[in-house]
Amino acid sequence: MALTLTAENFEKEVLKAKKPVLVDFWAPWCGPCQMLGPIIDELAEEMGDAVKIGKLNVDDGAAVASEFGIMSIPTLILFQDGAAVSQVSGLQTKAKLQDLLKKVIQA
Amino acid sequence: MRRLIIIGSGPAGYTAAIYAARAGLKPLVLAGERMGGWLTTTTEVENFPGFPEGIQGPELMERMRKQAEKFGAEVRLASATAVDLSARPFKVTTDEGAEEAEALIIATGSSSRRLGVPGEDKLWGKGVSVCATCDAAFFRGKDVIVVGGGDAAMEEATFLTNFAARVTVLVRGEALKASKPMQDRAKANPKISFEMNTEVVEILGEKRLEGARVKDIKTGEVSERRADGLFLAIGHDPNTKMFEGQLELTKGYVVIKPGSTATGVAGVFTAGDVADWKFRQAITAAGTGCMAALEAQRYLEENEA
Repeated sequence: MALTLTAENFEKEVLKAKKPVLVDFWAPWCGPCQMLGPIIDELAEEMGDAVKIGKLNVDDGAAVASEFGIMSIPTLILFQDGAAVSQVSGLQTKAKLQDLLKKVIQA
Repeated sequence: MRRLIIIGSGPAGYTAAIYAARAGLKPLVLAGERMGGWLTTTTEVENFPGFPEGIQGPELMERMRKQAEKFGAEVRLASATAVDLSARPFKVTTDEGAEEAEALIIATGSSSRRLGVPGEDKLWGKGVSVCATCDAAFFRGKDVIVVGGGDAAMEEATFLTNFAARVTVLVRGEALKASKPMQDRAKANPKISFEMNTEVVEILGEKRLEGARVKDIKTGEVSERRADGLFLAIGHDPNTKMFEGQLELTKGYVVIKPGSTATGVAGVFTAGDVADWKFRQAITAAGTGCMAALEAQRYLEENEA
């Protein structure tokens, strides 16, 4: 399962994390987010310890979502050393996300 | 090798899976990135028989998946990326490896159409959206544009008025294509205005959407509209790219035999929107899913090795 992120733990778990973190900005009322959810959870299982994968419900973390300019959900942002290094919006295939993560793991 | 692979996991794919699994075919369902299909993006479904109080789209799809799995269907999150229908068994390439099957049911459905104008890709998710129910809340008190003149455009525009200050609907045609009740509801809403004969030629903005450049189709005059959000509701295209050159297509839809779900390739069947430009309902998709499974079952019996 992906880690649950909140406005409270976002800085510690994401911005100050030692490894890359993929954050899924989502909401329960968003259909495509519901479709992406299981893919994110599977990814979290498969990627193991190399990366951290978390989900931020934008209803609970509106300030965080607005800080990173989220205007569409689902949006995924990959953080490295506290900075957003890539961002994709809308549904993604698992393969595409694996490719995205492999790049930062090897680097 | 599998007996049957079903590509797609909307009502068509899952209904085919339920029937095929009950027939003992142990189908593999390649769910794709849109597990559950379009219905998972809707809220209340009020016209699916058997649910007099209505049912949430995502819940309905979850139930269909469980029902298919209960009878032995294997549902995988993998996406089919290519097929080879020229030899038996059929080959299906997925993003998790290759699969083979004696028969195939294509239930890949359709995807939202994009404008294909400059700026669209760059501002995707940064003001450009195809899902008002997902993104309307990010435009509280803002000005937004809806592109399209059909039922979906009216629904998006009306929903957006719950959040946005003003909604401008840009319509390429001379008149709206939406059904009368949907038109009436949108027209009666004081926050919604319409511009007819108007085509979007460019989406403007650098880091986030700032507006659109539009062309008056009658006069050819080009001007700009300022907006914080732009929602596309310009229809759907069937997901048939991987079948080009292998199956007969018309306007992108798979051509099937009348009264059947069979394609020109024996052993390949279709279900749902991928071959239906006319009805496009959950229940018709489910109906053709059932037909495809029964026809696939009969094909497999007749061609028993």
